[in-house]
Amino acid sequence: MSNILEIKNLTKQFGDFTAVEDVNFSVKDGGFFSILGSSGCGKSTLLRIIAGFEPETEGEVIIRGESMKGVPPEKRPVNIVFQHLALFPMMNVRENVAFGLKRLKLSNTEIDSRVNEMLSRVGLEGYEKKDVTALSGGQKQRVAIARSLVMKPSILLLDEPLGALDRKLREHMKVELKLLQREIGTTFIYITHDQSEALVMSDEIAVMHEGRFEQIDTPRNLYKNPKTAFVAGFVGDSNRFELSRTEGDTLITNKGWSINKKSSMAEPKVLYIRPEALIINPSEGLTDVETFGITIKTILFDGSNTKLATTVTGTTEELLISLPQNAEFDGLSEGQTLQVGVHINDLKCY
Amino acid sequence: MSQNAKLQNTLQTTKPKNSFNVTLYLLIIPVLLWLVLLIVLPHLDLLVSSFKIENDDGEMVFSLANYIAFFKEEIYWLTFVKTAAYAIGVTALAFIITFPVAFYLTKVISKKNAAFFILLLLIPLWVGELVTVYGWMVLLGDHGIINHFLMAIGIVDEPINMLYTDFSMIIGLLYMSMLFMVVPVMSTLESLDDSLIEAASDLGASKWTIFRTIIIPYSMPGIVSGAIIVFMLVIGDYLAPNILGGKSSLWFTEQIYNKFLTTFNWNEGAAFGFLLLMLSSGIIWLALKFSGQKLDRVGS
Repeated sequence: MSNILEIKNLTKQFGDFTAVEDVNFSVKDGGFFSILGSSGCGKSTLLRIIAGFEPETEGEVIIRGESMKGVPPEKRPVNIVFQHLALFPMMNVRENVAFGLKRLKLSNTEIDSRVNEMLSRVGLEGYEKKDVTALSGGQKQRVAIARSLVMKPSILLLDEPLGALDRKLREHMKVELKLLQREIGTTFIYITHDQSEALVMSDEIAVMHEGRFEQIDTPRNLYKNPKTAFVAGFVGDSNRFELSRTEGDTLITNKGWSINKKSSMAEPKVLYIRPEALIINPSEGLTDVETFGITIKTILFDGSNTKLATTVTGTTEELLISLPQNAEFDGLSEGQTLQVGVHINDLKCY
Repeated sequence: MSQNAKLQNTLQTTKPKNSFNVTLYLLIIPVLLWLVLLIVLPHLDLLVSSFKIENDDGEMVFSLANYIAFFKEEIYWLTFVKTAAYAIGVTALAFIITFPVAFYLTKVISKKNAAFFILLLLIPLWVGELVTVYGWMVLLGDHGIINHFLMAIGIVDEPINMLYTDFSMIIGLLYMSMLFMVVPVMSTLESLDDSLIEAASDLGASKWTIFRTIIIPYSMPGIVSGAIIVFMLVIGDYLAPNILGGKSSLWFTEQIYNKFLTTFNWNEGAAFGFLLLMLSSGIIWLALKFSGQKLDRVGS
């Protein structure tokens, strides 16, 4: 597969403030690419540069091998789904979806057939004459996506379109969006601050922080092998420990906990351990597993997401451990001590 | 406390429903007085007197003669049609001139600067229409500032006759009514999300298409409500046509004024007044119908 989008050394400055700093990446044709970052990290600016609403300070946006320098938004083969959707309130569903096609001066019959096909694809048949202001949140979402997709863009840009929906609907739209993307095969570039959206839907994710890309990887790799401390802390849950020093292959935390780990780095500063990487009562046969004792402080019950808040025995380091909700661990209570193990590959130092 | 006693207690502490109604009526009284005494009753009286003429014995009798007089005399007719046409024209001009201003103030410059410019727009209102009309006389007269300037730089040899023409009348009417177009249009434009404009541009619309298909339809309620105000002000204005338009201005309010105060024919004056009221109501009704707007939406 060829690259449909290439971003080269892209920088954007607003006065003294650098919103996007030397960003490089490429997106494969038909892929689902997410840019994940907290608010204010520059991800929306990056999207607006790709769409053509903001001129880049330096660097280049290349779509299907053509430089987009100086090309206005209406001439770019990309379409955008806005954060607040930006549906035209004075038009009905059909007129909204047909808006872009009318600008192409297509015949009425072709516009009709393309609009109808797109509306049935997003499950909105029979809604043609409805006022967009009378639709529910999820339906508005689909109109906005249909309005952009009907243009058959090379790339569809989505700027946190699920942000305004309630949690249940968001979970549902996540799956729907992913399936829709598979079905039509358009390249999606998706901006979000919600890591679960990015992890579930994407083929590749770029984690953005203070205008720079920290890591571009598959969701699994991002979670399993975060390359920087920021990614380790941002993607998924983590226990974070400040390291005071290392002695040979032993890491010693600020609060005096020592754990064995062959570090590839000379002077690691922090250690990350995921709550779900910890094994309660590890069996004897496991290799490369570090074991240590902990004391349960309290049980934080949250259904499938239940965690044990514990302290590492002999130190004051606090450690969160995921607690599977099965019969094996039902008897745990506060104050109890346990043996816990962690595979050395799951100890991440930076 | 038993359940029953609790209920009793609640019933006692809740205000009786009547007291709310009394307050409501008290609050409505000034509005009702205003409407009935100052608007409904005088209009009813005018309506009745418009259907009356004095017979040979000096008694008032029912007749359609006042209205028939209007239809028989060509000059009344012409004035009526001219007033309607000019009022529509001035309203259209007011829209064309002020829409870019409203757009500039809401979408282009910062809020802080906009507040300053809006203040500048308001200043003519502080001095009243009469003063601004005389201001225009100073500007437009044969020996006025504009002619003086044009002759001084040698563009014209003798003064251009601007004052006491339809041109000066239209300027006066525009100047006093324009602001009432700016304000409602600005308030709808303010609520227009910039991302709508970006979305349209993203979907391939040119600037002109965005203006035609997004900005104008979106601000239609504001435009229509501004147009109604401007139209009403213009069609019922007396000062600008009378002073700036001079003798030849032929504005229908002048005909009404003449009936009441020059020929003292109050009955015919009342009939003319009602004709003007029907004209303006009719045109506004047509405009609402034609633009697809609802009165309640425009009013808000």
